[in-house]
Amino acid sequence: MIADLLLGPFAFGFMRRALAGCFALSVAGPPLGVFLVLRRMALTSDVLQHGILPGIAIGAAFGGLSLGFMGAGGFIAGLAVALLAGWLARATAGREDAQFAGVYLIALAAGVAIVSMTRGIDLAHLLFGSVMAVDNAALILMAGTASAALLGLAVIWRPLVLESFDPGFLRAVGGHGGAWHLAFMALVVLCVVGGFAAMGTLMSVGLMMLPAVAARHWAAGLAGQVRAAVALAVLASWLGLVLSFDADLPAGPAIVLVAGGLWLASLSLGPRESLWRRRSSRRTS
Amino acid sequence: MIVLDGLRCAHDGVAVLRGVSGRFMPGSLTAVVGPNGAGKSTLLRAIAGLHPPAAGSIGRGGLRPGQIALLPQSGSLDRSFPITCADAVALGGWPRRGAFRALPPADAALAAVGLHSAGGRLVGALSAGQFQRLLFARLIVQDAPVILLDEPFNAVDTATIADLLALVRRWHGEGRTIVAVLHDLDLVAHAFPETLMLAREPIAWGPTAAVLSAGNRRRARLAAGQWQAAA
Repeated sequence: MIADLLLGPFAFGFMRRALAGCFALSVAGPPLGVFLVLRRMALTSDVLQHGILPGIAIGAAFGGLSLGFMGAGGFIAGLAVALLAGWLARATAGREDAQFAGVYLIALAAGVAIVSMTRGIDLAHLLFGSVMAVDNAALILMAGTASAALLGLAVIWRPLVLESFDPGFLRAVGGHGGAWHLAFMALVVLCVVGGFAAMGTLMSVGLMMLPAVAARHWAAGLAGQVRAAVALAVLASWLGLVLSFDADLPAGPAIVLVAGGLWLASLSLGPRESLWRRRSSRRTS
Repeated sequence: MIVLDGLRCAHDGVAVLRGVSGRFMPGSLTAVVGPNGAGKSTLLRAIAGLHPPAAGSIGRGGLRPGQIALLPQSGSLDRSFPITCADAVALGGWPRRGAFRALPPADAALAAVGLHSAGGRLVGALSAGQFQRLLFARLIVQDAPVILLDEPFNAVDTATIADLLALVRRWHGEGRTIVAVLHDLDLVAHAFPETLMLAREPIAWGPTAAVLSAGNRRRARLAAGQWQAAA
């Protein structure tokens, strides 16, 4: 009965493809999210998810509904916005939040305007995703970007850790901190773009960030946080797709809602630094 | 040998160091002293290549960037980053191993600074003194011929100061060139043969006893009074 509820929806091919794609993104995205959280760049991910929309829309305007064109447009726009966000953060010495809000409002408005000028694109699908859209091409896009992002993270892991922990040391030993930061941002953009077909541009960052934010309630060390974030994201993908199927919701919001629920549960009841932990430690002390 | 020639450094267009010329001989052990804002940290960062000079030059005798090790002030690191002590220390091997080759083990260096069983702990769990020991362990792994220490004993307990000072003496005995920014003049007088007194420009540079004279200290104070009044 319960097995039927949790596994039944995957009798359909498009649900299996969506599940496989979301699992792939669950393995690649949340580790990047953990670094975004630790580097205090959670806001940057917000700017990115809005920033890629105009790129996808322009790609669609040029290449029709080809995933390749839309993905490439989104990737280029995402990189441009990442560069802009990095420049703003440096130029404002860390007080970039107002400028970030300006950037993503403009990007969102521009994206919506371009989409409405282009015939044949459903804005809601672009923003919030649709599992029905996960055909073989979309699955290859998701799995391909996830694989590339995962390999890329493995390559830049050590410099990224050092650049996060002690950027001055990396510069002093001639390690080119800026280049590693850029490579990291490119991987983040890659993952957000990879998720847009199934989850939409607005929601695909959710699968990257929410498990990463929740992970600190499960593990103290970096490797443990990465593992916890991946596990939570896999769970959110699976239960979210079931919810999307049963309640007839778009996939993106369903997955992000489940991931949000897991985050709230971790925040309240997780084994580390949760509200429950803090209360019980106060009572014993 | 580190050779400074007419070195001038600026922050936002304001000169915080000017007219610094002289040399740190190979194997020398030098303290850099002076009032707050005298440009001491800037001097170390400039030698380490982190602060490009506005004018003048720094000769590093053919040393590559990673061969001049800098112990930063601990505020410049993210101590809440969830990295283990063993990993943080092993990263001292970056200059020789780079981004991809295996890093050297950290156990011996951790033991040498008295953090025997801390390898698996996160750096965030360390006290200020233990964290300073950790940074010294990274210097051991880095194994550089020139070592720059920026306020190595600031906010550190006396037992830690004694242990770390012994380490500095050992490095000195091994023939490394060491430059340390320090505030405690008694410590400078008994442990550092050479001293450079700075007040945005060199006040004196040479044997410690001569440099720390009452006249030099008064000149440094007067200079500091001038730039504080100007600010």
